[in-house]
Amino acid sequence: MADGELLIKNGVVYDPINGVNGEKKDICIRDGKVVESVTNPKVIDAEGRVVMPGGVDIHAHIAGAKVNAGRTMRPEDERKGVEAKTKVCRAQSGYSVPNTFATGYRYARMGYTFVMEAAMPPLLARHTHEEMIDIPILDNAAMPLIDNNWMTMEYVKSGDTDLLAAYIAWMIKATKGYGVKVVNPGGTEAWGWGKNCNLNDTVPYFDVTPAEIIKGLAEATEKFEMPHSIHVHGNMLGHPGNFETTMDTYDVVKGIKPYRDRPTMHATHTQFHSYGGTRWGDFESKAGAIADYVNKNNHVSIDLGSVILGDTTTMTADGPMEYSLYQITGRKWTNHDVELETGSGITPFLYSAKVSVHTIQWAIGQELALLIKDPWKLCLTTDHPNAGPFIGYPIIISHLMSKKRRDESAESMHKAIFDRAELPSIDREYDLNEIAIITRGMAAKTLGLHEHGKGHLGVGADADVAIYDMTPEERDAGNIQKAFLNTKYTIKSGEIVVKDGEVVAAPPGRTIFVTPECDDKLMDEMLVTLKDKFDKYYSVTFNNYPVQDAYLPNPYEIKAPWRSS
Amino acid sequence: MVEVTDVVCSLCGCVCDNIVVEVEDNKVVKVKRGACSVGKSKLLGHERIKSPAIRENGELKECSYDEAIKKAAEILYKSRRPLLYGWSSTVCEADREGVELAEDIGGVVDNTASVCHGPSVLAIQDVGLPGCTLGQIKNRADLIIYWGSNPAQAHANHMKRYSYVSKGYWTSEGKKGKKLIVVDVRKTMTAKMADVFVQVKQGKDFQVFSAIRTMLRGHEDVVPDEVGGVPKEQLLEVASMMKEAKFGMIFFGMGVTHTGARHNNIVNAIQTTRAGHLYGKWTIMPMRGHYNVTGFNQVCCWQTGFPYSVDLSRGYPWYNPGETSSTDLLARGDCDAAMIIASDPGAHFPGAALRHLAKIPTIQIDPFANPTTEFADVVIPAAISGIESAGGVYRMDNVPLRLRKIIETDYYIPDEEIVKRIHAEVRALRGKEGE
Repeated sequence: MADGELLIKNGVVYDPINGVNGEKKDICIRDGKVVESVTNPKVIDAEGRVVMPGGVDIHAHIAGAKVNAGRTMRPEDERKGVEAKTKVCRAQSGYSVPNTFATGYRYARMGYTFVMEAAMPPLLARHTHEEMIDIPILDNAAMPLIDNNWMTMEYVKSGDTDLLAAYIAWMIKATKGYGVKVVNPGGTEAWGWGKNCNLNDTVPYFDVTPAEIIKGLAEATEKFEMPHSIHVHGNMLGHPGNFETTMDTYDVVKGIKPYRDRPTMHATHTQFHSYGGTRWGDFESKAGAIADYVNKNNHVSIDLGSVILGDTTTMTADGPMEYSLYQITGRKWTNHDVELETGSGITPFLYSAKVSVHTIQWAIGQELALLIKDPWKLCLTTDHPNAGPFIGYPIIISHLMSKKRRDESAESMHKAIFDRAELPSIDREYDLNEIAIITRGMAAKTLGLHEHGKGHLGVGADADVAIYDMTPEERDAGNIQKAFLNTKYTIKSGEIVVKDGEVVAAPPGRTIFVTPECDDKLMDEMLVTLKDKFDKYYSVTFNNYPVQDAYLPNPYEIKAPWRSS
Repeated sequence: MVEVTDVVCSLCGCVCDNIVVEVEDNKVVKVKRGACSVGKSKLLGHERIKSPAIRENGELKECSYDEAIKKAAEILYKSRRPLLYGWSSTVCEADREGVELAEDIGGVVDNTASVCHGPSVLAIQDVGLPGCTLGQIKNRADLIIYWGSNPAQAHANHMKRYSYVSKGYWTSEGKKGKKLIVVDVRKTMTAKMADVFVQVKQGKDFQVFSAIRTMLRGHEDVVPDEVGGVPKEQLLEVASMMKEAKFGMIFFGMGVTHTGARHNNIVNAIQTTRAGHLYGKWTIMPMRGHYNVTGFNQVCCWQTGFPYSVDLSRGYPWYNPGETSSTDLLARGDCDAAMIIASDPGAHFPGAALRHLAKIPTIQIDPFANPTTEFADVVIPAAISGIESAGGVYRMDNVPLRLRKIIETDYYIPDEEIVKRIHAEVRALRGKEGE
């Protein structure tokens, strides 16, 4: 956090959480926070440029076991992004799986100041935190995977929602995590035997269905005042015809009352879950059906998982999905199943404009953004690096803002885009306010971080600001893309970290974690069962499991009390 | 007397974390349970390097920490191509400092994987690694293969805690419900326990993997009567056991990484694992040696993008094992100074590399004297990680654990701090130059 005062004047501000839509407005900063007024500030003259709160990424894989396994497996990707150290910056490498330093610098250059690591295997949580320490500038958090866990499935089966809630509380505290992440519930456990599950299949040996797991976890999560709902990567990701499973998954949590006015489920990387057809040959977009569902319902929020064309590294806790993908491509494949908890798979993938399926996938992400009417229901992501690296966000922004750009891109793509996707027929164009919603406001609100200073510029907010080198009148898609790739200024906690697209300071970020508060008696009852699991089945001891404080040098705690009602 | 539980062992890649010791007068007096004999010996302590020292006229002369650290910094500062090698028997915190130091002075940073499982990493870069955590094996595996590795002697707790002899959820009968296959060039202690012992001719592992893989792929008819010294009937038996397994595991060691086809052996081992997937669940894991050899590879990879043998002389990371690996650099006479930490190239490097290492100014950081001490020019003793200092390590299956500090030391300094202080001195020297 920077001491002293800063004044950003003559900027055109887009701060959707506070209803500020392109107003010429000064922003006053003192001691790392936005304040009412300043007396003797350093002045930045924005000269009519676009000003937004620091970007908030709700879902990206930036740190931890599988990200590093991706780096290890792909020296060819690392070599793509090498940049020498500077007086401020450590040496950089990587394109789709950049090293930790490059991750911090490149997000900051795009005006982002918070990123959520989307999947933390609980047993490997220390690893995630160790890498997050080495990601400069960005504030961060990570979501532990709590869905394929034996404890979860046993409590879902017995119907002990309170004990499940106690388990969730212990897990989030032990991993210094943020919320409940679900990835192919039941399917990843089945993958321990080389199998997979759909939403209503019975998980081998555990006698529960993925639908029951999702419902149980949603109910247990809402026992606390959790800032974020369950965060769900559903079953059958990436399979043709999965859109029905997707909507059935959304239906599972319908009727569960969230603790405040937010959805009960965040459905992530929805592009991968909006597929029609019965096989790759008749594969088609069902973004329209998914958008229709989201338009009519308020219990689900989504993020896009929009495709960036080119080579990338796919990685997910959905082990069976990565195996299927590797079966298709025949490229290298890493898998890492984690005892009693989860799994993961990693394989490189090339999204090609010449391939019909990839072209339709590319269209689907953008169709979702354009067909869902209210931008307050979605966040921009590429599920980095699965549908493409985060460095491609400006490409998506330029497409959403320009029908002309979309038409030009479609021209050079596989013709399938014209008969098996809707995108070419959609005229809607995003404005800057809508872009600000899907890249900061909505992500912060969905995560509940707007109450902790993220995603807006109201008095008391963190002084995280992005000044883009463009005026609100800019219509040229190329210029828009350029502006969103490298800011004129990025300010993090009141400190200028990027100037004219160059990183000029790289302070450490904070790690935000949630502490769900649970009744001692309930916790003790749950711990009897959990300790038995450690004694008999884990390969580490109960006492060596929780993440030590040493792994969070800059912690920020959010308490989530048990709901009284 | 105080009993300390959940002690995490800092010896081999098993990183056993259920050890109970007794501490009296700031000394480990008894290891009550959990540790193997080698781990126990380390916990109980043995001869240490007594003091920092600098070599003068061929003799090591004792000195203060400050003097030794200053001298080390001078060597690194003057060097045009320093090698910073070792890093596997220390904690990740020290490794992070080490990579940063190497980047700052434009050195080459490399760990012992370079001469151990380096070929395994090359294989992973070729085909990936279908693996899992050790608890997954404990709970599920019904067929275990140790190939070119002898855990009964080299990883003494491995079978008991994690594999053949352990009991888990679907393996409640322990070894009764499992099968063990050992492939090796001689009948090791592990081989004596096996249901099937496959004695392969030295250097013929690649051919044997190929034969089994061919059988798993359904082409047994093209396999000759004998491959790599192994009769076809026995290969068919192995293949049929693999087909029947619900959850199979291949652990492989130095016996495969450094013989015959080297990294191609491992590529073939991984392809065999993939072929196993046609029938059941199959996984594979390198038997990593040092307790944190895995951890250095993790740290180096997230910091530079590459797991070992990283040349930072260009300002950006350059990785090309064979060119940038320690033994090759030294054998070519490329380096003009070396810092050796938490390892012993003196005992393990080939002659040509050692001859050059002995010629150039060499700094050693280690709790214990070893053959490297015999030619080191600056010797800096370190606190013992996991006994006198805490820190993060990665088990052979990439599970991160935190070593505990069980006793105090009022003299020895942890590796992390030594590296940090050397780096601070290097910066100070550069600052002076700038003036």
